[in-house]
Amino acid sequence: MSADAAPLTPGLLVVEPGLGTSLQDLGRRHYQRFGISESGALDAPSLRLANALVGNASGVAALEITLSGPVIDIQAERVRLALVGADFPITLNGHELRSGRSFEARRGDRLVIGLARSGARAYLAVAGGFALEPTLGSLSTHSRSRLGGLDGGYLKAGDVLPLTPGAAGEGPQLALPALPATPAETLRVVLGPQDDFFTEAGIETFLNARYQVSPRADRMGYQFEGPVIAHAKGFNIVSDGIVNGSIQVPGNGQPIVLLADRQTTGGYPKIATVIEADLPILAQLRPGESIGFTAVTADEAEEIVLEARAALEARVAGLVEVGAARRPPAIRALLEADLTAGLALV
Amino acid sequence: MRHDPPPPLPGTTSPLERPRFLPAGTGALVVEFGAQVDESTSEAVLALDRAVAGAAIDGVIELVPTYRSLLVHFDPAVIRAAALRQKLEALVAHSGATPREDRLWTIPVCYGGACGEDLEAVAKLHKLDPEEVVAIHAASPFRVYMIGFAPGFAYLGGLDPRLHTSRRVEPRLRTPARSVSIGGAQSALNPPFELPSGWHLLGQTPVHLWDARREGSAEIGPSLLLPGDRVRLRPVEPEEYRDLCARAEAGDPVARLQTQPKATEETPA
Repeated sequence: MSADAAPLTPGLLVVEPGLGTSLQDLGRRHYQRFGISESGALDAPSLRLANALVGNASGVAALEITLSGPVIDIQAERVRLALVGADFPITLNGHELRSGRSFEARRGDRLVIGLARSGARAYLAVAGGFALEPTLGSLSTHSRSRLGGLDGGYLKAGDVLPLTPGAAGEGPQLALPALPATPAETLRVVLGPQDDFFTEAGIETFLNARYQVSPRADRMGYQFEGPVIAHAKGFNIVSDGIVNGSIQVPGNGQPIVLLADRQTTGGYPKIATVIEADLPILAQLRPGESIGFTAVTADEAEEIVLEARAALEARVAGLVEVGAARRPPAIRALLEADLTAGLALV
Repeated sequence: MRHDPPPPLPGTTSPLERPRFLPAGTGALVVEFGAQVDESTSEAVLALDRAVAGAAIDGVIELVPTYRSLLVHFDPAVIRAAALRQKLEALVAHSGATPREDRLWTIPVCYGGACGEDLEAVAKLHKLDPEEVVAIHAASPFRVYMIGFAPGFAYLGGLDPRLHTSRRVEPRLRTPARSVSIGGAQSALNPPFELPSGWHLLGQTPVHLWDARREGSAEIGPSLLLPGDRVRLRPVEPEEYRDLCARAEAGDPVARLQTQPKATEETPA
């Protein structure tokens, strides 16, 4: 490189931001006692898998894409990317790609991620991650308090996300063997910590009815609509801590599941908590879709969560190589060969 | 499937005697000392907070002290809930002995006018002059019960009962940064962000309750206030307020801190 030419910082140029695209990692821990929301990927296993496909550590920040994806121009010599999560159409220079496998892109390429055909969220990971300074130990965006990400907010047209120079590296292109789709009928919950604020009938209703995701469903929480859950002694508690998956029931008797961007404390009674293993199911629900809640004991929940974590580790270990680094149309030929259909049976 | 019966009514037992252990899904336990807002409950929570932090239990990720409970986040792959509960029970029994510092803050507040648009209405409601409301509010012996809701947002107890005021019927979607407000029997100091609120706005402080620039500093962290701190408010005129705002923007805390060791109720064994 000549001395007078300033080196081009590699980056991703956001041409169109999509409906709600933000940088997220595994969340901002250790600061909830100071009122700092945890944030982080709503579907953490998908983030981990996307990172694994590009050779990153599991907690590297990626783009969380919601319902409608971004248009991105590649401003780097070469970069490896992967999309995992909801079923989004994805094209590179007009060539259709599949999610769930890594691909290479080069300077001037245009990546278009369209409207989710099913599910709500996917994660676009980039080999080497983004060259940004973490805030309070995390790159996760918390838009309400303007923390993390590029400038604390959702991506905007014209944003450039800087990449670590030379980080794409050499490496095989990897694919994630598909799992058979099994739509979840219920979210598993552990009752409490304030289940004593509800009547027995109220808890029966909560566990037997189906609840529909309302339009008020975002990173802070999902408001559900359905049969009213009866309180036993009012709906004000002395405020206490809230965790990822806490289900609070305000005066209208309609449950709200609080998620990554929740406030750290709250004053409505919490009937139950969605277990960690089922939070990714919730993250993929769209407004208008319905689901029920099933109670498991705290001990059962712990077993389920540890099994789910082991299953995720097994999926990371089971990524399959689909050839050396190539880019379309070479990838297209591979896709047409439909390798994943066979590999999924392995 | 339901949990322990609620504890006896406040006043019939010490909050330390028998906290409830409640599950918050997988990876979090609530240690609840009561259902009331009072200093002894809060002290019990904070004593356990210090004891658990000091014990450095493998698998404990973070602690969130609130008015009446301690939320313990943990990794079930490192420590199972049952084992954690045993360790916490042992710490509850001894946590009263943990010493702590007594911190008293003096925080300037500009009351009324553009700084506190509800001052007149609150005065009218309680049949007081605005000046009396200011005097009563500023003289209240405030104590920080909890930091929550937003970065550095401080929930204060100790509001003079003459100013207890039920919340607004219509919450505001945005309230000014650094607002000083009252709601029910509480007062609040807001961080330097606009926030939604259903409380009544009495004034504004120049102090940045949250300032990320203070990360890593020894005495004052990013969150100026911590649970257990005592707070006195000092009314200031708009001119001094503007001057203090400029200094706070530049990174000066503009709040005064006095510290002294606090005598503990029990002597360490």
